[in-house]
Amino acid sequence: MNKELTKNFASGHSACAGCAFPTIVRTILGESPDPVVISNATGCLEVTSTLYPYSAWKTPYIHSAFENASATISGVERAHKILSKKGKAAKKIKFVVFGGDGSTYDIGLQSLSGALERGHDFLYVVYDNGGYMNTGNQRSSATPYGAATETTPTGKESFGKVEMRKNMMEIVNAHHIKYAAQANVAYLSDLKKKAKKAFETDGPVFLSVFSPCTNNWKFPTSQYVNIAKLATETNFWPLYEIEDGKYKINWATEKPKELEEFLKTQGRFKHLFSEKNAPVLAEMKKIVKDEWQSLVNKTEE
Amino acid sequence: MCSCLPSQSDYNEEKLIIRFETTRLDSRRPLVEARQANVIRIYENILNNSNKKRIALSGGAAAAEALKQLEPDVMAVYPITPQTTIIETFAKFKADGEVATEVIEVESEHSAISACVGSSAAGARTVTATSSQGLALMNEILYIASGMRLPILMIVSSRALSAPLNIHGDHSDVMGARDTGWIQIFSENAQEIYDNTIIGMKLAEKVRFPVMAIMDGFNTSHCVENLEILPIEKVREFVGEFVPEQSLLDIENPVTFGPVALQNSYFEFKVNQEEAMDDVANEYLKIAKEFEKLTGRKKDIFEAYQIEDAEQVIILAGSTAGTAKDVVDNMRGQGKKVGLIKINLFRPFPRKEIIEALKNVQSIAVMERAISSGTYPPFYQDIMTGLFQFGEKKNMQSIIYSLGGCDIFAKDIEQIFNDLIANKISNEIKYIGI
Amino acid sequence: MTQYNKSEIENKKSKIGSEEGAVIKHDLKNAAATGDWRYMTPIVDKEKCTGCTTCMPFCPEASIIMKAYKSESTACLPAGRDKCDIDYDFCKGCGVCAAVCPAKAITMKKN
Repeated sequence: MNKELTKNFASGHSACAGCAFPTIVRTILGESPDPVVISNATGCLEVTSTLYPYSAWKTPYIHSAFENASATISGVERAHKILSKKGKAAKKIKFVVFGGDGSTYDIGLQSLSGALERGHDFLYVVYDNGGYMNTGNQRSSATPYGAATETTPTGKESFGKVEMRKNMMEIVNAHHIKYAAQANVAYLSDLKKKAKKAFETDGPVFLSVFSPCTNNWKFPTSQYVNIAKLATETNFWPLYEIEDGKYKINWATEKPKELEEFLKTQGRFKHLFSEKNAPVLAEMKKIVKDEWQSLVNKTEE
Repeated sequence: MCSCLPSQSDYNEEKLIIRFETTRLDSRRPLVEARQANVIRIYENILNNSNKKRIALSGGAAAAEALKQLEPDVMAVYPITPQTTIIETFAKFKADGEVATEVIEVESEHSAISACVGSSAAGARTVTATSSQGLALMNEILYIASGMRLPILMIVSSRALSAPLNIHGDHSDVMGARDTGWIQIFSENAQEIYDNTIIGMKLAEKVRFPVMAIMDGFNTSHCVENLEILPIEKVREFVGEFVPEQSLLDIENPVTFGPVALQNSYFEFKVNQEEAMDDVANEYLKIAKEFEKLTGRKKDIFEAYQIEDAEQVIILAGSTAGTAKDVVDNMRGQGKKVGLIKINLFRPFPRKEIIEALKNVQSIAVMERAISSGTYPPFYQDIMTGLFQFGEKKNMQSIIYSLGGCDIFAKDIEQIFNDLIANKISNEIKYIGI
Repeated sequence: MTQYNKSEIENKKSKIGSEEGAVIKHDLKNAAATGDWRYMTPIVDKEKCTGCTTCMPFCPEASIIMKAYKSESTACLPAGRDKCDIDYDFCKGCGVCAAVCPAKAITMKKN
């Protein structure tokens, strides 16, 4: 076992072979200058890391429920505020929430919004795999347009999910927080920089990290890094940050790869390559292009 | 028709809102006045350093006063009528620098109790307060708080549940939470909610279970009554300092709260939790004894009023007990052997002790401010179970009254006793006040 | 179905009693040996490995460490650099390391 990498999150967890989130967790926590306390929403990370009698967490950790990880950390953070004043707790502790997209975009949105608005000093990390993977791949509001899930299956009259993804970064940014960034597990030095910046910023900060799911996106267990890389190279998942309201793109290329290169790596998009679904594919490409352009426009504002 | 029901013309949304807001405004005026009186009297108390000082407070303000005195580290709250008297009074204490408590104004009751779970797991003395829909919204997390053995204190100003919307008092909300693994203590009046807030905090931290200290919404929460309060240092000494066994902030000894426990361990954890619940009544009594030494006020798992030779007994909880005691006194004056049992500790339920007290009783009426839809209401169920278990065959009438703040009068209670005397007892639930 | 005898139940209960509220502590002894999941095993060709460490942080199990390696061959480059070494205790055999290795120094072999 790699000692340095497992300072906070050890081996022995039961995440699927080839899962992306252990790398996200270790990379982010590795950048904290202080001890960390974790609040984790119900989901894959939680169930695979705390299966009794084993906890993979070597740092204090709490899981309460699905939708309340941000409210939970609010309580921890305020408890720390008063107890450290009273000399009953260490002065410097960082507070981190990990949640999947279900607990961030959907069921935990209110709890997150409240905690951001109240200005608690914590880092919220969403590992975004675009759906409810822990319960067996149902659609969430982070599931991309056109993706097939168990609740948006393809069929005679269906091409998968009909709706666009929610723009979570915009929602978070609307809370006037000092720092929010979108990162990707394939770009670790970028992720590290963002985590470091997040830990250095006072008040609530937000990281949205692309986290491919081998099991439900249907790709070989060895491929999460390559697929994640394609997501950014095709502009499907741009790397950018919003610092004090200012947008900055962290990775761009003159010639982005064709979206198909990303889509064809995954079973959830397989149906898009039929003749019948050509308009869906075209629409998808348009969505990605428009979103990228809108992001570029924001950096120029 | 119940006298408190709005007339036909009130059944439109606009009027309903007006009624609602009027209640809020009216309810605050005596509170503000009581607060002013309160401040003066508290300083007098401190100067005199006496254990017995009488002041006038609403139930909500009395609970807030007790909270201020035991000074929680964290209080996470969300407004709901009729609980707001508590959090508004407390907010003023905070604004005046009288408490160091971190108050978290969350965006829902679900987040209030969730923040409490986080705070308590972080080793902070933690409190919250709610009512009705708020308690119902918290429901999921109530089980998590007790399953994690977190000593959170919650003041409940109990209120009816929607639909239809009703902001007034009954016990529907707390009854809906009776199986959540929380200790539940009912209070009759402002004095008792003050006392139970202090006792509840100490009990929670001693037995490591969350506690609900319950008062009747409006009947108690908004009624200004005389009560005795302790000097602040006596309360702090009584409750003591909270020293958690584990804490999220103990970074030298990292722990994991809330793991997954499957077929190999879940059942054992739950049984373990239940075994710990078995000790709660004893611990409650020990703390009540200590409290009695300090205040002279006797506290018990239930109050037996004129019960020794009683032939007819009413069992109930909360603010109706005051009226019922008056009725008992009057009827005793007429030579009728009636008595009252007022339930204080409802979870865990002191089945054996209550049945023991009922041994020589001929008939019983169990009065409740809640429906358990499709079956008998909660107190009745528990008492009937106890009677059967201990081989006591009694005639017992189930009565539901005062839902949604509907009034109950002394004459109604007298009628209930008279029906018991006349042996007018049936297996049908009686609804009083309709 | 597992059948427990009485003393087993008592043992279990006393363990759980000491973990009141289901608050537990990290103890690697309790970890599942996830190495048992493996049906493909990554094999590192140390001669090919350049010690670039690309694979290391991507391993979901943190099973890769960089270890000193003494080559017999003078062709092995760069000399004196630590090389990729896999701890198989927890390695689930996902093959991410092999997929990301720029030098193609890791191959997946069937067990």
